[in-house]
Amino acid sequence: MSGPILEVQALVKHYPSVAAVDGVSYAVPEGTCFGLLGPNGAGKTTTIEIMEGILAPTSGAVLYRGEPLGRRFREEAGILFQKTALQEFLTVRQTIALFRGLYDHGLDPDEVIRVCALEKLKGRDNRKLSGGQLQRLLLAVALVNDPAILFLDEPTTGLDPQARRNFWELIASIKARNKTIILTTHYMEEAELLCDEIAIMDRGRIIAQGAPRALLHQHFADVLLELPSQEFPEAARALPLQVFEAADRIEITTNDLDGTLRALMDARVPLTHLRIRPPNLEDLFLELTGKELRA
Amino acid sequence: MMRRLVTVWHARNLEFLRDRATLLFTLLVPLAIVIGMGIVFGGPPRPLFKVGVLSDHLAAEAHPFLHERYFDFVAEHDPAAGMHGVARNQLDLLLDLRAATARYWVNPDSPKGYIAERLLLQADPHAVRAPVSGQAVRYVDWLFPGILGMNMMFSCLFGVGYVVLRYRKSGFLKRLHATPLSAFEFLTAQVLSRLGLILLVTAILYVGVGTIIHFKSAGSILLLALVAGLGALSMISFGLIIAARFSSEELVGGLLNLLAWPMMLVSGIWFSLEGSPGWVRLIAKLFPLTHVLDAARAITLDGAGIGAIAPDVVYLGGTTLVFLVLGAWTFRWRAD
Repeated sequence: MSGPILEVQALVKHYPSVAAVDGVSYAVPEGTCFGLLGPNGAGKTTTIEIMEGILAPTSGAVLYRGEPLGRRFREEAGILFQKTALQEFLTVRQTIALFRGLYDHGLDPDEVIRVCALEKLKGRDNRKLSGGQLQRLLLAVALVNDPAILFLDEPTTGLDPQARRNFWELIASIKARNKTIILTTHYMEEAELLCDEIAIMDRGRIIAQGAPRALLHQHFADVLLELPSQEFPEAARALPLQVFEAADRIEITTNDLDGTLRALMDARVPLTHLRIRPPNLEDLFLELTGKELRA
Repeated sequence: MMRRLVTVWHARNLEFLRDRATLLFTLLVPLAIVIGMGIVFGGPPRPLFKVGVLSDHLAAEAHPFLHERYFDFVAEHDPAAGMHGVARNQLDLLLDLRAATARYWVNPDSPKGYIAERLLLQADPHAVRAPVSGQAVRYVDWLFPGILGMNMMFSCLFGVGYVVLRYRKSGFLKRLHATPLSAFEFLTAQVLSRLGLILLVTAILYVGVGTIIHFKSAGSILLLALVAGLGALSMISFGLIIAARFSSEELVGGLLNLLAWPMMLVSGIWFSLEGSPGWVRLIAKLFPLTHVLDAARAITLDGAGIGAIAPDVVYLGGTTLVFLVLGAWTFRWRAD
C-alpha cells in the first residue's frame, strides 16, 4: 500500500430540504478496496457521485493524487453507476469499443471481454442481456481504460445470489491486479468479502470507519446468540445480559458463552432454536444506529 | 374501466401541472400565436398579386389598373431589377407608366402572372406587352430549393433534438459524462452524424424530384452541396441549443416548433419576401434557412459563383460555430 490515491475533505451536499452529505472526510490508500455502507438514503450514492466528479458538492473538496478532479482523473477512473443506460442497437463488443474510443489509453476490447467473461455474448444486442450479464457488460465498460481507480455503486443490487457471487469473484480478480476500488453497498457480506476498509454512513455522516474485522472487535464481544422473540419469556428480560430486540428475534452479545447459556437455562428459556454466530457488519450497523442496514 | 381511466387521467394531469416549464410554455404559446397572427394578418386584407410599377407616383388616378383590389403595387425604380423579379417569380407583373402608353412584362410560365395580365388588359386594353429579357424561370424551379430546404430544416431541428433528450432521460449522457468526452465533442459528433443522413436524403430528393420536374441548376452542384452542408450544420446546431438543456419532451417539442414555424413562414420557402415590411425581412435574415434558400436560388437560378454567395456562406459557418459553443456552454448531462 502507498499514499492516498483519493482524498475527500469536509464534503457537504445540501438539497433544498435535506443535507444529503454532511461533512464527510476520509482518504483512500492506493491498491485498497474502500467500502461505503449504509441504508438507502444514507448519502452513499451522493457521496460517491461527488467523488466521481459527476455531482458538484455544496462545499468541500475531492483530490485525486493530490489534485482537484480533472482530465487525468477522467482518463484514469472507471465507473459503474447504480443505474445507467447504454446506447441502443449496439452489440456487447460494439458497446465496449464505443467506450474504449473515448479514452487515450486502455485495454483492447477483446481483453476486457475475456476479463469479464463476455466471450459468448460479444455479438449479442446489449438490450437482450440478463441482469447479471448486463452488470458484467457495465463493469467491462468501466474497465476499458484500465483504470487506476474503480467506482462501483451498489454493483450487485437486484442480482440473484448466483450472479452476485460470480460478480464478487470478478471484482476480487480485479482487486488482485492492484486496482483501487471504491464500493458502495448495503450487503454486509459483500463488504466483508471485498473491502479492506469501510465507512458506515447514516444521515449523511460517517458514524464508524476502519477495517471490517477491527470495527467488529472494537464494538462487539466474541459471540452473538440469536433466539426467536416468542421463545424469550418476559422473566428472562430481567437477566443481566446485553440484549437487543430485532423484528422477530432477540440478539444477545457476550464474551462469556458458558455463563450466558447457564443463565438462560436457569431462567427456563428454551434453547432448541438458539443460534450462535460471530457478529457481522449488519450487527454493527444495528448497534450503531438502531436500524437495519437494508431498511 | 372508468375508475382506471380517471386514475390515469388524474395522474397525467398532475404530471403536466407540476412540470412548471412545460405548463408555462403551453400557456405562452397560444398567446404568442395570437400576437403573431395579429401582426401578420391584422389590418387590411392581404394582396394576392405583387406588381412592380415603374412610375414617379403610385396614386390610384395614375392608371385605372391601380384601382384593382388584392394587388400589392410596389414602386420599382430600376427596370432591369424589375424584369429580373418577373423572370424569377418575385413579381407577378412589371408595369411601366412612364410613357403615355402603358407597357408591361410578365413571365409566360407564371399562372399568377397570367391572371394579373388578364386583369390589366381589362383595365387598359391598350397596354403593350414587352418581352422579358433573359430566361424566365418556372415557379416550380423557384419553389424546388424551398421544399428541399424545408425538409432539411425539420430533419435538422427534430432529428437530433429528440435523440439528445432520450439520451439524457435514459442516463446514457450521465454515463458519457464519466468519461473524458467533452460537451462540445459530444454535440459535434451528433451534428456530424445527422449531417451525413440529411445530405444523403437531400441528394436523393434533388436527383429524384429534379428528374421528374426537369429541374436544371444554372450553377455549380458542388457549390450547392456546400450551401446544403453548411445550412444543415447551422440548423442542427440551432436545434441543439434547445436540446442541450431541457429534459421534458413536451417542452423541447414546443420550443423546436417555436423555431420551425417562423422559419417556415418568413424564410421564403413559398413566396418571395420582396416588398415585405423591413422588420419581417430583418427577422428572416436572422434565420439560417433564409441564407440557405437565398444562396441556393442564386446558384440554381442565376448561376451565382462563390463570390456572390460568400456572405451567406460566412453567416452559415459563423452561426454553426456560435450555436455549437452556446449549446456546449449550456449543456446538461443529467436529467435532474
